[in-house]
Amino acid sequence: MAKTKDVAIFERNVAKALGDGQLRRNLRSAMATLSQRRRTLFADAEAFEQLRAQGQSIRRRALSQLPELLEQLEQRCTANGVQVHWAETTTEANAIVLDIVRRHGATRVIKGKSMVSEEMHLNHFLEEQGIEALETDLGEYIIQLDGETPSHIIVPAIHKNKDQIAHLFHERIPDAPYTEVVEELNAIARQELRGKFRAGEVGISGVNFAVAETGTLCLVENEGNGRMCTTAPPVHIALMGLEKVVEKLQDVPPLLRLLTGSATGQPITTYFNMITTPRRPGELDGPREVHLVILDNGRSGIYADPERRTTLQCIRCGACLNHCPIYTRLGGHAYGHVYPGPIGSILTPQLEGLNEAGVMATASTFCGACEEVCPVKIPFTGILRMLRNEAYASTESEHDVKGHGYRYTTVEALSWKSWSLYNTSPALSRIGIRVLSRIVQHLPMIGPLKEWTRTRTPPPFAPKTLHELAHQRGLDDDR
Amino acid sequence: MTANARENILSRLRAITMQGSFVVPEAPIIAGLMLSREERIDRLRRMLETMHAEVRAVAADGWIEELKALLRSRSLNGLLYAPATPLGAALEAAWEEGLPPLVPYTAPVEECREQLFTIDAGITSTRGAIAESGALILWPSVAEPRLMSLTPGLHIAVLEADEVFNTFAEAMERQGWAKGMPTNALLISGPSKTADIELTLTFGVHGPKELVVLIRF
Amino acid sequence: MKAYYFGTCVIDACFPQAGLAGIELLQREGVQVIFPQDQSCCGQPAYNSGFPEEARKVARHQIKTFTQDYPIIVPSGSCAGMLKHQYPSLFAGQPDEEEALRFSSRIYELSEFLIKALDVRLEDRGEPIKVTWHSSCHALREMAIIPYAKALLRQLERVELVELQNERECCGFGGTFSVKQPAISAAMVNDKVSDIVQTGAARVLSTDCGCLLNISGAIGYRGLNIPAQHLAEFILERTHGQD
Repeated sequence: MAKTKDVAIFERNVAKALGDGQLRRNLRSAMATLSQRRRTLFADAEAFEQLRAQGQSIRRRALSQLPELLEQLEQRCTANGVQVHWAETTTEANAIVLDIVRRHGATRVIKGKSMVSEEMHLNHFLEEQGIEALETDLGEYIIQLDGETPSHIIVPAIHKNKDQIAHLFHERIPDAPYTEVVEELNAIARQELRGKFRAGEVGISGVNFAVAETGTLCLVENEGNGRMCTTAPPVHIALMGLEKVVEKLQDVPPLLRLLTGSATGQPITTYFNMITTPRRPGELDGPREVHLVILDNGRSGIYADPERRTTLQCIRCGACLNHCPIYTRLGGHAYGHVYPGPIGSILTPQLEGLNEAGVMATASTFCGACEEVCPVKIPFTGILRMLRNEAYASTESEHDVKGHGYRYTTVEALSWKSWSLYNTSPALSRIGIRVLSRIVQHLPMIGPLKEWTRTRTPPPFAPKTLHELAHQRGLDDDR
Repeated sequence: MTANARENILSRLRAITMQGSFVVPEAPIIAGLMLSREERIDRLRRMLETMHAEVRAVAADGWIEELKALLRSRSLNGLLYAPATPLGAALEAAWEEGLPPLVPYTAPVEECREQLFTIDAGITSTRGAIAESGALILWPSVAEPRLMSLTPGLHIAVLEADEVFNTFAEAMERQGWAKGMPTNALLISGPSKTADIELTLTFGVHGPKELVVLIRF
Repeated sequence: MKAYYFGTCVIDACFPQAGLAGIELLQREGVQVIFPQDQSCCGQPAYNSGFPEEARKVARHQIKTFTQDYPIIVPSGSCAGMLKHQYPSLFAGQPDEEEALRFSSRIYELSEFLIKALDVRLEDRGEPIKVTWHSSCHALREMAIIPYAKALLRQLERVELVELQNERECCGFGGTFSVKQPAISAAMVNDKVSDIVQTGAARVLSTDCGCLLNISGAIGYRGLNIPAQHLAEFILERTHGQD
């Protein structure tokens, strides 16, 4: 049975990630730390349940009126002097950014962290157009130096330890001494980036929440680079996925608490930056132009299906990654797409199509650790199961995910048919298990049994089944 | 043409393809924090200090002396301030020899970038603070621009003890934020920090390395 | 009191002694246990692998087998979870939805039933022993019965529980996951085994035989001698004074 492309690629990535002992050690330590910090902050389980019920309600209320709220957001932003652009695809979004940059004759942009910009492959696009795109978030800066993409939504360089970073800085930053002291590494980065903030011509950021009521763009950060990028240059471009809108200002405090608490166990980040207008008359600093780019890139397709729409509740906290036993072993790069972990596994097949990323939906044991911590109660296992159903579907379905049925094979369908026949026919089951247990040691190690016995002793089929033993004890009937 | 994109996106969002409802569950009513003034200030102080901010309680009539003592204990090349504020006026009136020069922020950033990025300290007022999360509220303005609390290595923030709210929601409500937002509203909970390297927390990245909060009683 | 017993297919084929142990623990408390011979599998393998139609056929067969209004006791958090919490989704909009919901409402995991319905009291007759505990994912999260399982364990006075460093982390079984993503599954189970080894425990216990199948397979492959045992079997052993 030929493997589909996404399965083959993932298999190679998995082998590479699992074979990297340093990566596994780094990840294990990091995930343990992040989950511990979150647990400490949300020590009161009942309070957390209440807070996240609130978070779920707020996000669903926003999603239940998404087109209206987006229009309201646009109207308010426009009235505030913010220029709103819409992009159906990442190609369109990149073109919008390029156009703004060119109009200002800029050749250098400075960037705060933005996962949407990763989705756009913006840096690569700009560089091809001769425009330098410099990451200013420390984690993003580190991976940019190393020519990598982020491996985690919140802590982009989490897969690296400090001596890897020490080597990197020493090699790639002019005049940087070799040091493994974290404070010193930070100081090197601070020094290096200070000048860039001064000289930045266009600042680019993401958006954590966009408030429709007031047209306010909200950003969380700890370092100050986000404020730098959105205050120092004359132009600020904010990039957002269309699902990031919330209805009113009062929706922000619970979501903020859930976001910072779930991401890193903090009650709040160092800065919470709320931007409503460009520089007003008389003001001495701030960008003269603020642009908001609203990106679709497949989200409206997800929106159309009320069950799948819950995917869009996500506030990008990363808690699901931090608690996922699969992510803990693989790290973000092995997933091969922009968003890894549980959120990546439900989002990517829906955005890119099952043929491209359906395998991500199989990289789960349905352990439920993600669902347990999700601050907006996304039903991960339900959506993963649906995506698997879509992947193997042989008939049309109302969900109709892109790439529907891509993994259907007659062999597998027949296997499950025989499985269900076997399990609905008591006579067959009785014979079957008896035969199986007697011949199992003689069976060629093929298929599932072969995989199993590569790393485990074979299943210990018992001489008598529970059915037989129970029957012997006369437990068959209701007497 | 983003106009087409806009129409396409909105019409797709309006055309729900599937039957089935998207239920919006009722949000539970969560009783917000309700502390006494003393408790609020105490909590705020503890949280700021945990985030490596320095907090000093100062009497309304003695705060400038406290400030001077703080400034004299360091060698600073200047103190960025906002002349067109009551705070600024009070500073001007009280300034003396032996203190770092008062540097007014009165020209657009384009004309004083160098100075803004090299000055050692800046002082701003605040619009209150939030006890629950340990954050100061700042609404930069024409008189007190945004970069004042960002570029200097030391940020001194003056907070009125009477303006400490229980929660962010309470602050927004009591101050009527929904009626009109400023260009930029900020919450600041400490000096800048990062944990991007091995999740080890270090302070002083791109924003100020130090935050001193003077709470005026 | 009469109760049905749903044995589960893993127990049926590989761990029938664990199944019997559960039955005996119930009978000891005066429960008349009925084991309908027509039962087979809860349907989870197909349900989670993208074949809901086949899962529904098998699920329907179970519903039609347990006809009377007795509680149905299941010695597995994973299967109990499927029967109780997933059947409502699986049968949503189906003609026999009502019947399925009634069936689901009668499902109990074994530890849960022993504590909540039977208020069982255990007397430890065994020698002192150090054990460790693996919290099976569905027992932990979907069925939330770990507190009951641990309450049973705590009643055994000469059993010392040493906790795993990552007790709540999935062992990597996930049913078909173990053969569809074998490399990741192997990495997970091996980490679990290393965790077990570092506790110095003589046994590892769990409420789920799927996990035990996985863990014991990896333990065996590494040539270690740490039995992975179902809680019911362990309790029966301890309370009969056998070792």
